[in-house]
Amino acid sequence: MKITSPKVSRRSLLRGSAAAAAASLAHARQVSAQNAPEESAFEAWIDLRLTVNGQAHALTVEPRVTLLDALRERMQLTGTKKGCNRGECGACTVLMDGRRVNSCLVLAASAEGRKITTIEGLADGDTPHPVQRAFAEADAFQCGFCTSGQIMSAMACIEEGHTGSPEEIREWMSGNLCRCSAYPQITAAVAAAAEELG
Amino acid sequence: MAIGDIITRVDAPTKTTGQAIYANDVNLRGQLYAAFVGATVPSGRIVSIDPAAALAIPGVVRVLTEADMPRPAPSFADLYVPPLATRHIPLQGLEIAHEGEPVAMVLAETLEAAEAGARAVDVVYDAAAFTDPALAEPVDPDPGRGDYSFLDIAEFEKGDAAAAIAAAPVRIARTYTQPSRHSNPMEPCAVIAEWSGGRVTIHDTIQHVAALQGVITGVFGLEMDQVHVRSIHCGGGFGPKGFIWPHQILVPMAARVVGRPVKLALTRAEMYALVGMQPHMVQEVELGADENGRLLGISHIASNETGVTEDYIEFSTVPSRTYYACDAIYNRQYIRRGNVTLPTYQRSPAEGPGSWALGSAMDELARELDMDPLDLRLANYADVEPSSGEPWSSKMLREAYEMGAERFGWRNRPAGGTRDGHWRLGYGMADSSQGTQRYGSSARVRLRADGTAVVESSFSDIGTGSATVMRQIAADILGLDESAVSSREGDSVLPEAGPTWASATVISTGTAVHRAATEVRGRLARLAGWPADAVGVENGALTHEGEARPIRDILAEAGVSEVSGDGTFTPNGGEFSDAGPEGFPSRVFGVIFVEVAVDPELGLLRLRRATGVYSAGRIINPRTARSQMTGGIIWGWGMAAMEQSRLDPVLGRWLSKDLAGVAIPTNADIPELDVAFVDEFDERSGPLGAKGIGELGATGVAAAVANAVYDAIGLRVRELPITPEKILAG
Ligand code: FES
Ligand code: FES
Repeated sequence: MKITSPKVSRRSLLRGSAAAAAASLAHARQVSAQNAPEESAFEAWIDLRLTVNGQAHALTVEPRVTLLDALRERMQLTGTKKGCNRGECGACTVLMDGRRVNSCLVLAASAEGRKITTIEGLADGDTPHPVQRAFAEADAFQCGFCTSGQIMSAMACIEEGHTGSPEEIREWMSGNLCRCSAYPQITAAVAAAAEELG
Repeated sequence: MAIGDIITRVDAPTKTTGQAIYANDVNLRGQLYAAFVGATVPSGRIVSIDPAAALAIPGVVRVLTEADMPRPAPSFADLYVPPLATRHIPLQGLEIAHEGEPVAMVLAETLEAAEAGARAVDVVYDAAAFTDPALAEPVDPDPGRGDYSFLDIAEFEKGDAAAAIAAAPVRIARTYTQPSRHSNPMEPCAVIAEWSGGRVTIHDTIQHVAALQGVITGVFGLEMDQVHVRSIHCGGGFGPKGFIWPHQILVPMAARVVGRPVKLALTRAEMYALVGMQPHMVQEVELGADENGRLLGISHIASNETGVTEDYIEFSTVPSRTYYACDAIYNRQYIRRGNVTLPTYQRSPAEGPGSWALGSAMDELARELDMDPLDLRLANYADVEPSSGEPWSSKMLREAYEMGAERFGWRNRPAGGTRDGHWRLGYGMADSSQGTQRYGSSARVRLRADGTAVVESSFSDIGTGSATVMRQIAADILGLDESAVSSREGDSVLPEAGPTWASATVISTGTAVHRAATEVRGRLARLAGWPADAVGVENGALTHEGEARPIRDILAEAGVSEVSGDGTFTPNGGEFSDAGPEGFPSRVFGVIFVEVAVDPELGLLRLRRATGVYSAGRIINPRTARSQMTGGIIWGWGMAAMEQSRLDPVLGRWLSKDLAGVAIPTNADIPELDVAFVDEFDERSGPLGAKGIGELGATGVAAAVANAVYDAIGLRVRELPITPEKILAG
């Protein structure tokens, strides 16, 4: 990561960068003490190299840009969805070094050097990943808006070994809300995919 | 592929790979990101707006206030409310009708700059006293305040209900309440608008493409062909994407002002302030019955909150005049005005709230009579439509009762209060039923020389599976394989379809598709020289008296590249909509049985299992239909046990405008659900024999759950949702 604005100090970097999520409590207090004009004068850009679905992307963003917004608005990887932007719904779930994270709560800057996998990176060419196929076959969606996040979460859920019973799947898939309420089918899809991936 | 087959959703390949494009996934060259500054007071006036700090933020291009915005064209006055959700458009004046209403709009080169800009705009308000609608006096709706009051009736009278109830040997009189409830589709509303030479293109996420097109022509004084609306995928509707809300007007206005495309996605918090909710309701139900449980009189009086700009009515008294046979019925609807966003029809409208009150009251009556609640229903079975006395278009609820009781084991259920460790088990049931709505719709089916077909209609597939079943209908008529039929939908350039709400899509647009495909088949027969009414189709071939000719060959020999047919569905009297075939009242029916577990010490409530069986006409695709029903039951569980939006009584704002402070069902809340349909064909509903199912599943569930809680621990909860504190207080 390279900070390109000569004016930017560590303190102002923190100030502009979704501080509540990233900074320690002490930093957060410092931030809330700032008044609006000072915040508005803020400008900093950083050069990032992100590895998404095995591809390297170079981008220049403000430090406050989340991984979710970087994927969606800068890299045009719009398969990852924004349902709340606050870590409450799971629609933005991606894998970071194989672990599921809510990408709305991850700063793009902190994803540098990590391996990011999104819904666009699962299929092998035209052949869907077994988890994707399981979702299609189990009718595990309606509107599809939560589906990318559900599938990414399911990938990790299976990898974590949290698929021993329908109850266990339900518990470990509960970070991903589905307002269409395709829950029974989602549970069935995860169970089927876990079985296949053995 | 045929009607009635189990078909995998046609959008599975795109939706499981992240390739499906929703409105907020659209990016246009030169676009600006918009963010609203929301009013921090629930009532009052804007005194001043200082955009200086926002404009100093790099990337912020404009801060629009009411002074910058164009005013609607005179034709705006001709629009009805609905489809316009409200005539009160922000950024058109200085008055504030509710907290969160936009007072300024920041446009910036990046999303981050727009959001930072919105925080930096300095607004001074002259706050006025606000009214909490939950505490407001119920009054009669004013037909001059919006057009909602024309959508059903506010007062209904058959016989003398008051006298009948007073004279009845068994009576109950109870009040049931429910909170404001936000639908929170996972996809927040989003819109991107671009003008080019007096024409506007809008990408939106809506349940009714034609409604937005019509409203935009009215707002800007344009012709239909100057407004292009696209809503290719919609990430969940459930109500607030049905009518047209102010942000959908403000974005094209802003795009016109700045001469660049403008893109807006509402934040989750704005989903509470800028689009409507299911209103807070108070319902008084009185029932009078004889010793055998026969209803002698029903009185149902409801009041719902509404905003200060229009009178929205939640017609929750409908079940009381349609569910049970009774000679004396009285219904009355009141409203309570206050400083909240205007409510809207939300899954499930009218019957959702109404079935909660009536379904609870029927259970209380059954207890009073010491009668099984299912037997009480059977004693009051409505063989004809109770309010009119006319015969139903079709009804097989008796069969549904029987099948449901059998599958659930209702007749030999354990006694209420049976222990399972620290849990007490309870069993409850209620009726599910929703009235039919049909809307004018048209569709085109084009059969190509290569033996493939495409269905074209502007319907919106909001996840209900409409694209799948429309293709299925066309494939059935044309004898094609599912892979040979594609569709184009959600675009105003296509033949106009009615809305995806009120369970109306299959019965309306499906009928239009059926007719269009039948028209194509007839033309094909004529090309083949066979009588149109005597041909069949099979595996891509037209058949007649034992002879079969491949469709491709017929087209090739006739030298045509395509045969196309148009189909329309027109409601009775050529109206925009109707409530089913004339003279034959139409609804869908069903029954929901639930088993709950209650921990009286911790106040916990769990859904153990549920069985729903429905009489809903012919089912086109059992798989997508099942998903509609289970989804509805889960919505009902949310209504029963979790969901509530609370208005801060001091600040006049929703307490938790998010998905953390407002609980909605998660995967762990939901067990395996049992759903079945009675085999039924409603001959009067149209050529498909189908009716609508989207709203049906969520009706009755809240009552069944409350009834099961009573069964488990003897506590009658008449105020939703049934949360731990209410169980502990009992
Ligand atoms: S968008 Fe990240 S959790 Fe909801
Ligand atoms: S499929 Fe619509 S929210 Fe899950």
